[in-house]
Parts: sequence; C-alpha cells; structure tokens
Amino acid sequence: MSKQDKSIIKAEEMVLNMGPQHPSTHGVLRLKIHTDGEVVSKIEPIMGYLHRCFEKHCENLSYEQVVPFTDRCDYLASMHMNHAYSMSVEKMLDIELPERVEYIRVIVAELQRIASHLVACGVFGLDVGAITPFTWALRDRERILDLFEMLCGARLLYNYIWPGGLSHDLPPNFIQYTNEFLDYFEPMLKEFDNVLTENMIFVERTADVGIITPEVGVNFGVTGPTLRGSGISHDLRKDEPYSVYDKFDFDVPVGKGIMGTVGDCWDRYWVRMREIEESVKILRQAIAQLPDGDVHAARPKKVRPGKGEVYSRYESARGDVGFYIISDGKNIPYRLKMRSPAFCNLSVFSEISEGWMMSDVITILGSLDIVLGEIDR
Amino acid sequence: MNIQDIANKLKTDFSESVEFLEDTLFIKVKPTDWLEISEKLKNHDDFKFDYLMCISSYDCGDKIKYGVAYNFKSTSIGHELEVRLEVSDDESIPSVVKLWGSADWHEREAFDMMGIKFDGHPNMKRILLSDDWDGHPLRKDYDTPEYYRGMPVPKDKTYWE
Repeated sequence: MSKQDKSIIKAEEMVLNMGPQHPSTHGVLRLKIHTDGEVVSKIEPIMGYLHRCFEKHCENLSYEQVVPFTDRCDYLASMHMNHAYSMSVEKMLDIELPERVEYIRVIVAELQRIASHLVACGVFGLDVGAITPFTWALRDRERILDLFEMLCGARLLYNYIWPGGLSHDLPPNFIQYTNEFLDYFEPMLKEFDNVLTENMIFVERTADVGIITPEVGVNFGVTGPTLRGSGISHDLRKDEPYSVYDKFDFDVPVGKGIMGTVGDCWDRYWVRMREIEESVKILRQAIAQLPDGDVHAARPKKVRPGKGEVYSRYESARGDVGFYIISDGKNIPYRLKMRSPAFCNLSVFSEISEGWMMSDVITILGSLDIVLGEIDR
Repeated sequence: MNIQDIANKLKTDFSESVEFLEDTLFIKVKPTDWLEISEKLKNHDDFKFDYLMCISSYDCGDKIKYGVAYNFKSTSIGHELEVRLEVSDDESIPSVVKLWGSADWHEREAFDMMGIKFDGHPNMKRILLSDDWDGHPLRKDYDTPEYYRGMPVPKDKTYWE
C-alpha cells in the first residue's frame, strides 16, 4: 500500500458515514469521512454517544465513591484507572503506602496491561482480516480475568485499588496461580507472535501505513504505545517512576521501522507485543520480591484533602492518564478532570489518515487502540 | 527550571499580565497577552514546552469567572508548568491550536462543558454533547433539564433502584 497523491485525478468529494454501529470503530464512534474517489481527504470523528457525565458525577460523590466510576472509563484496563485515580488522591493527602500494597498494585497493573494489549493486538489482527490470533488472544486474556475474579470477584470492573490501599489482600494461592499463568503464557505469546507479527498479509496491510512522525505525535499529545511506535521513548514507568517501578529491570520498547517506516501501524502493533514481554518480566520480579505486611495499614479513615489542586499522571495501557483535581477542603472534589489518553490519541487520527485509502482507515483506527468509554467519559 | 524561575523570566517581558503567588503551584496569566506568552513558552530555548498535556476548565464559584488550567511539559528539558487563565462570561481566550495540536479537542471540551469561548479556533463547536444541548453542564449553577427532545431526563432514582 502506498499513500495516494491526490493531485493526479480529482473527482467529486463524497461524504461517507461510518458508525456509530460498526464493528471496526471499536465502540460507538461515528466517523464522517470526506473522500475523493477512494482516497480520504478528511475525517471528522463524532463522539459522545457514551457520554455519561463522569466529571459531573464526581462533583457529587465523596473521594472514595469515585473509584467505581473510574472503572467504567477504560473498561479494558480498569485497574489502571483505579490506580491512576488513587495515586492522585494519595498525592493530595500525602500518604506513604506499605511496600506490600505497592507491589500488589504493580502485579495487578502489569497483568492488566497484558490483558489490555492482548485485546488491542488481537482486535487489530481482526481488523485487517486475521481471525485466528484474535481467538487466541481472548483465550489467554480469559485466564487473566479469571485471576482477577479470584482477586476481587469481578472480571472487568474491579473497584480493587482504593485511595490509601486495596479493597482486599491477595487471596491464598494467587501468587501460585499467577506463576502458573506466566509459565503457560510465555510459549503462547511466542505462538501468537509466529502466526501474526511477520505474516506476509498482515505486514502488507500495516507496514508503511498511517505514519505518525515524532513531531506530530508530541504536538497532538499522543502518548503510550502509540507514541512509542514513533520511536520516542516516553514511558512514565521509566521517566518518572511512580509506585515501585524503579526497583525492576525492564526495557521500554520503541518502534524501529523494521518492516517499513518508523511510526507506521505495524510499529505500534509491534511495540505492544514487546511490551507484553516486558510486563511478564516485571511480573516475575515483583512476585519474587513481594514483601509481607498489612495492606490496610495506610487506609485513611476520612479522605478530606486540604485546599489546593493536583495533576498526577499515570502510564496506562493506552498512554498518559492524568487526573486534575481541585479541592476546596470538603470530602467531595470541587472539580475533577480526567485527561484521557485515547481522547488525545484519537485527535491525531484525521491528520494521519489524509491521503490513505478507505480500507487503510480501518487499519489506522485499529492501531490507535481506542476505548470509547474513556474518550466520552 | 522550577516555577519560580519561569515566573521571573516571564515577568521581565510581560510584567503586566503575569501573576505568581509564592505558595501556589501555578502561574496566572491575563488573556490579553496569552498568545505571545504561549508562543514564548513553546519556542523559547529556556522553556521548550512542546507537550500540552491537558486543558482543564473550572468554575471559580462566583458565577462571574470561569477558568482554564493548562498543564505543559517539555520533552527535551523535562520541566512542567501549570498556567491558569480566568475570564468572565463575555470575554474569550485566544486559542493555541496553531501551537499545540492537542489544544484543538481540549478547547472544544472546555467550551462544551464550561462555556468558555476560544478566539481563533477553527472549529468551535460542542464535542461530547449534542449540538442542540442547552447550557454548559459543569458550571456550578447548571440546572439539569426535565426533558431532552421529549425524553425525560432521569433525576429521581425510583425506577431503577
């Protein structure tokens, strides 16, 4: 595939509507696609179909009651949302957490990252016509969901990480089951890699398509694996280590343009695959170092931060989650704004799709890995 | 650079419109000079804020003023900055879309939710709510409507609790 030069033939502009009910838009996203023949000239994403006033709700709920609402934002990586929100509240309260809490948080967050990236990679394959890897990805993700179900009773919306601690300690045997899962998963990941990553048809559809240059990426606030696919090593776990990430040895994979140009769709997919491997590495180290202790030791009786504001950032599966909270000294937030990574990642979509064919639009959208629950909030 | 240095540096050129209080973590800027200040923040060698992380709108609580908070980061130098602008209902803020692409949707969201107008934005319309929605929901004095296009807006929870 190559980018089409619009100046050669000029036909009449046609506006094509895609979605909101369309399997390739990954949720209820509507795209108004301006095309010239089959070449895309402009895309207007129209969202808000899932808007449920998350920020307005938060102004009427106490700090603890907000946690279940953050679950519903990014429903493929709920643990990350819980963790990001709890971290911002802890930053306001200035709480020192027990080591065990931090380690458990890292373990569940990395399991969640694997689960989320498996969906991203599997669905991306599905978007370009590879059906088998998708079923494999969901099969392995199911095992992680089983682990989470054991942990807190829920499979998708956990409400597990609370400001100042966790809802429960780890259940007995959780570590053993996690180890068993990792032993099972590593060969499975290789198999997944073998069937999809260097598959000719897959590479033809994704390499050199929808290139995000580093300058455009930073300018549009693109973060997470989507930005790292463009060759920029921007990972908060490494750059500004929060929790206990500074105690683990792991790499930040960045796109190298192995199959085409740096920053193409294939690179973004490849970065996610490599990140799963890094997560496995972190998990093995975290499990080996897991200390004992009381997970409820630091839970505050009342969450009532003083006047002021905080902006805290967290590296979720989709990128840089920010919580901007203004407190007026009450037990409910005065204003809570969530910086959604997928929202910013999607805003670059029109910019990078210009000049590509209709079929590539699906590929590019799949490679951005959006979750509409988080975009619409 | 820490926030004190940044504030001092900005004050040399824009002493009128830059305000910084010792115990706060943000710089307050008047909208009149915002375009020039933002350009300096992005392009000057000492600042290089190339990454606009977030624009959050907030209600100042007095039914007159509404504010916007910009959170910047520089990927090359590594420092961060929060800038705040406060305007009343009939004023508007110059848009910074030309400098940072991420401002586009964030400014639209601030308009949608808080009713803050941005001058020079290429596509100033609602982003999350539908175009015919009345009012700006995140204002503190917003009343939830009874009906939207004939559909009742559920306020009491008798039917689903």
